[in-house]
Amino acid sequence: MSIAIDNRHNEIHSKTSDNGVNSNEIAIVIQNLQKRYGTIDAVKNVSLEVRSGEIFGLLGPNGTGKTTTLRCLCTLVQPDQGLLEVCGISVTQNPGAVRQRLGYVAQEVALDKMMTGRELLEMHGDLYHLSKAQQTDRIEFVLTTLDLLDYADRLIGTYSGGLKKRLDLAAGLLHNPQILVLDEPTAGLDVESRQIMWTLIRQLQQSGTTILITSHYLEEIDALADRVAILDRGTVIASGSPQDLKKSIGGDRVTLRIREFTPLSEASQVREQLLKLDVVKSVTLNEFQGNSLNLVVEAQSDVLAQTESNLNALNLPLFGISRSQPSLEDVYLAVTGKCVSESLN
Amino acid sequence: MTQSTRTSQLADSAQFDYPDLNLSIKISHFIQETRALTKRLFIQLIRRPSTLIAGLVQPLMWLVLFGALFQNAPDGFMGTSGQYQKFLGAGVIVFTAFGGALNAGLPVMFDREFGFLNRLLMAPLVSRSSIVVASAIFIMSLSLLQSIVIISTIAILGAGLPNGLGILLIMAIVMVLVLAVTSLSLALAFSLKGHVELIAVILVTNLPLLFASTALAPLSFMPTWLQWIALLNPLSYAIEPIRYIYQHPDWSLNAIAIVAPWGSVSLIGCLGLLSGFAAVSLYSIQPLLKRSLG
Repeated sequence: MSIAIDNRHNEIHSKTSDNGVNSNEIAIVIQNLQKRYGTIDAVKNVSLEVRSGEIFGLLGPNGTGKTTTLRCLCTLVQPDQGLLEVCGISVTQNPGAVRQRLGYVAQEVALDKMMTGRELLEMHGDLYHLSKAQQTDRIEFVLTTLDLLDYADRLIGTYSGGLKKRLDLAAGLLHNPQILVLDEPTAGLDVESRQIMWTLIRQLQQSGTTILITSHYLEEIDALADRVAILDRGTVIASGSPQDLKKSIGGDRVTLRIREFTPLSEASQVREQLLKLDVVKSVTLNEFQGNSLNLVVEAQSDVLAQTESNLNALNLPLFGISRSQPSLEDVYLAVTGKCVSESLN
Repeated sequence: MTQSTRTSQLADSAQFDYPDLNLSIKISHFIQETRALTKRLFIQLIRRPSTLIAGLVQPLMWLVLFGALFQNAPDGFMGTSGQYQKFLGAGVIVFTAFGGALNAGLPVMFDREFGFLNRLLMAPLVSRSSIVVASAIFIMSLSLLQSIVIISTIAILGAGLPNGLGILLIMAIVMVLVLAVTSLSLALAFSLKGHVELIAVILVTNLPLLFASTALAPLSFMPTWLQWIALLNPLSYAIEPIRYIYQHPDWSLNAIAIVAPWGSVSLIGCLGLLSGFAAVSLYSIQPLLKRSLG
């Protein structure tokens, strides 16, 4: 089952009551979600819709309400206000039915180090009321998919971080949920484990699972997600497909480094000069990258040559210059005003 | 339910609507989830037996050390028999079970802090009471084992052995007390902020409740104000009937175990009061289980 790509831009809200997966069906509805902790607005006003069968990325700086949103959705936190629906079922009114359909893998692994991987999975199987035969089947399946067979009978306490994360995901997948919610599934993982995760996420989508995922790795979301929403200070500030978002901010990106570490005065001087060019829309100084200049320029312009002649005229060297189409990182920077590395601090 | 492909399983689970389960499926699911949670607690115990060993050694130390402390107490000081160990046995049985049950909330609190409890709460449990029942079964089994060891030890030390029915009644009293205190401890684990707070509450409850009960000394030995506290202390209502069974081989259910200013309580009356205590504790934990734990 695959999603109908050509339908992607139609915001059709068709709520079907049958259980068949269909590309227009909405798997998750979040409307005007609000959650306060004391005086802090963890989630101010979040609305989004995830269609059946898509991978939906939730982005945003830390402490911006992503995890709280997920916890409300997963019946772990009672929202103060707002409508939450999973497969057309109200999360607040019928949490039991929602739990059946959801798999939630939290940011922190939730494992018992005194058990073996298999024992933990068997326990999860019992908590989801799978029969012994189903358990055998599903445990075999998740262990194989996540490449954990060799470790299944060892104590979880002896696992590496990547193995723990994989087993945690295996536990979330065990009951074959229609909707999988992944909070930072690849944070801090080694390349191998991350590769396994990516492959698995794509496989799951192909078998019809809807996936809601948060990540700090924008290139990961760019590669995996059909659509994304960017959260900032408890509200959705942008949403759409990565392609659309990139298109919407427009222009190409040029990164110019005069020296490896450019003095601020020189960088500012060049900035003034470049802003005079018609093709340059904006220039931002990036102090995190030795005062490099980040330019937004008109697509298909000869800005590189013009920049070089400007530097020559000012008698300044050129350490490096590169031009690219906007990335999701640029979208993020444009809408939140922060780059990811900055917001992580 | 077919399992030929994953997608068919997916469709099946979608049709499997949670609130419409009939009673017999609900019961079998409840048993399945409770068994799984109980099994986990036993796996932890067997792979990390230090708490079991400590739990068996501690009551023996109580018996030996406290027994020795009051060995030369004047005759008649501790009830009618001159044997302090016989007197102390009932207190040690109850206090050991109480201590174990009071700590029942700790593993749950750690599960909460490590995010493991959220995983359990995310599962479509038929009833979250299975978390309470699993803990209760686990602590009850431990208490049963501890009680058997204590009863055998004091028998060897010369306190004698109650008859079969007496032992059964002792076990019943211990089990009801354990059920009550386990649910209170779990209620604390669900409502307090973290394990530091829980440990503080356990510390401030444990020993004072021991000293403000009839575990170490009879009511008649206490000043009036302490008698009042001891008579409000549920532990006394577990200790006194057990002690009565030990001191009166011809005990009966209607025999008076406690004489309080407001009336006398029989053996069966004590068991009734303890059952009431357990019912209230179990009832009070229900809203906490329904609440989401953020």
